[in-house]
Amino acid sequence: MAEAQNIPVGSTTAGSIAVAAESTVATRMSAPPSFDVADFPVPHGREEEWRFTPLERLGGLHDGTAVATGTGIKVDIDAPEGVTVETVGRDDARLGKAGTPVDRVAAQAYSSFEQATVVTVPKETQLAEPIRIAVHGEGGTAFGHQVVELGAFAEAVVVIDHTGDAVLAANVDYVLGDGAKLTVVLVQDWDDKAVHIAQHNALVGRDASFKSVVVTFGGDVVRLHPRVSYAGTGGEAELFGLYFTDKGQHQEHRLLVDHNKPHCKSNAVYKGALQGDDAHAVWIGDVLIRAVAEGTDTYEMNRNLVLTDGARVDSVPNLEIETGEIAGAGHASATGRFDDEQLFYLMARGIPEAEARRLVVRGFFAELVQQIGLPDVEERLLAKIDAELEASVLEASA
Amino acid sequence: MATLEIRDLHVSVEADNATKEILKGVDLTVKQGETHAIMGPNGSGKSTLAYSLAGHPKYTITSGTVTLDGEDVLEMSVDERARAGVFLAMQYPVEIPGVSVSNFLRTSATAIRGEAPKLRTWVKEVKEAMERLNMDPAFAERNVNEGFSGGEKKRHEILQLELLKPKIAVLDETDSGLDVDALRIVSEGVNRVRESGEVGTLLITHYTRILRYIKPDHVHVFANGRIVESGGPELADKLENEGYEAYTTKGGVTA
Ligand SMILES: Nc1ncnc2c1ncn2[C@@H]1O[C@H](COP(=O)(O)OP(=O)(O)OP(=O)(O)O)[C@@H](O)[C@H]1O
Ligand SMILES: [Mg+2]
Repeated sequence: MAEAQNIPVGSTTAGSIAVAAESTVATRMSAPPSFDVADFPVPHGREEEWRFTPLERLGGLHDGTAVATGTGIKVDIDAPEGVTVETVGRDDARLGKAGTPVDRVAAQAYSSFEQATVVTVPKETQLAEPIRIAVHGEGGTAFGHQVVELGAFAEAVVVIDHTGDAVLAANVDYVLGDGAKLTVVLVQDWDDKAVHIAQHNALVGRDASFKSVVVTFGGDVVRLHPRVSYAGTGGEAELFGLYFTDKGQHQEHRLLVDHNKPHCKSNAVYKGALQGDDAHAVWIGDVLIRAVAEGTDTYEMNRNLVLTDGARVDSVPNLEIETGEIAGAGHASATGRFDDEQLFYLMARGIPEAEARRLVVRGFFAELVQQIGLPDVEERLLAKIDAELEASVLEASA
Repeated sequence: MATLEIRDLHVSVEADNATKEILKGVDLTVKQGETHAIMGPNGSGKSTLAYSLAGHPKYTITSGTVTLDGEDVLEMSVDERARAGVFLAMQYPVEIPGVSVSNFLRTSATAIRGEAPKLRTWVKEVKEAMERLNMDPAFAERNVNEGFSGGEKKRHEILQLELLKPKIAVLDETDSGLDVDALRIVSEGVNRVRESGEVGTLLITHYTRILRYIKPDHVHVFANGRIVESGGPELADKLENEGYEAYTTKGGVTA
């Protein structure tokens, strides 16, 4: 029988709601956003935006020593009819429209990529099949840039899969025209040694909706910046995420929703399970409601399930409100140990411990998956979670 | 014939950095086909007995033995006990977010029976058992105990009892929180299982009400961590009329 002693030593679950005249989200960063890597000092690790990240494990992405290998990372794009896929040079006007790099690695990626991929869904086109982007690492180092652009009232699902072993820094832009609907499923299924640092910027058009499902299982270090801002009123963003952080892995998700237009909505729900020594999950949820953003409705939640001793979670939701005229704003963060009562109930019905643990963790994630609202994506994710749980030990903590 | 034997069972819990003895020498033998009612005031240790039999980790057995057909139950893990045939219908069933009733039932039936039940017959078996307990088929797709009313939780426990067919069923206050209709339906469920003659039932209750539906062969009064009096069904009538006062004020009985 498991003992209830897997307390995540040293974890933080801190939250704040600041009603500020000046954004602390902005002042917390060591440099203002910029496309040029030279505008960012090399981080030493004590900066607010780097303090949780193991710099020594980034393969030199943060200090300029990482060099693109030219080969060793393959990108395959499978797009249904009606979609344009282009490879373009650095000077293409469509690049960098959805957001500006906010840290040195993102700026490094922007300063170093040689070719970018632009995927365009013309206006009013509704895709029956998803656009699939497969990024497979074979030990290479790369700087990437991708743009997914939807014309007005277009509807698409994009599935981006990361597998293999790589050192990758990238920026990805999602540009949604008025009334467009884009769902992005972003899967980090890397091998054990991979390093993946990326900034994903969504620019949500008037009355458009953006749904993002981030799934992080693999890699040595994964650090993602999913960011949303709005180009008009009435936009909606739903940000779902789930991660399973194993022994020694560092998985960091740093969300920012910038409510820079009135009457927009956002909802972020991230859930993570951790097991094993030095499993480290970081979740930062910054939501900024600017003075102009009247009628904003936002909620963010992060929940973590710590399965064994030695794992650590840092969860920091942060809501900044510059206007009083909002429809709703809230956040929640909770980090808990495995519930031994649930385990007992299942085992008292004859279910062996390892299987009972899998059921509980599966249930923990299923609750989130059920909210996605896209049956085929849900099914695929549950199958993925099952495979991940099948592969991981999930035995009782010592 | 399956026999559960509890001998001089002492159980304690850790609370506020102190060890507190709750069961102070319980002796009881339950045979397949028999129904024993255990009645006692709040806090006398009835649930502690139930949890200890099922192997809840919070309870430490300090001395005594529990055997099922001679096998040492206390040596078994929680799931092994269930697979050996001990079933506990809980006073407060646990919610399991994200796990559907149908998935849960099938997983547990597979574990108890040693093989996955054939899908076709299984679906029918569950559906019929749910109908008998007046449960809406929609329950199968809900998450285990999540948002269930008190009565729905108890029906769900008895549904499991019917499907898992244990040798020894410990029913901890299955009657509490039920209105008269629900009490009748749940009792009929228990009686169906009892009529098979293959289950020994330990019916834990605070009130005599349920004994109108489920007739016990033996009635035991439980007070201050042990059985203080045993008798036939007539003992329940006495409790009905006189309450537990005689057993709780006369603390000397259990000292
Ligand atoms: N996990 C625990 N931690 C601390 N004390 C406990 C624990 N479990 C039981 N106790 C205490 O042991 C005593 C017996 O509790 P138990 O739940 O077994 O009684 P009960 O007879 O089932 O009562 P009820 O009729 O209210 O269900 C009570 O004083 C209770 O507070
Ligand atoms: Mg009780």
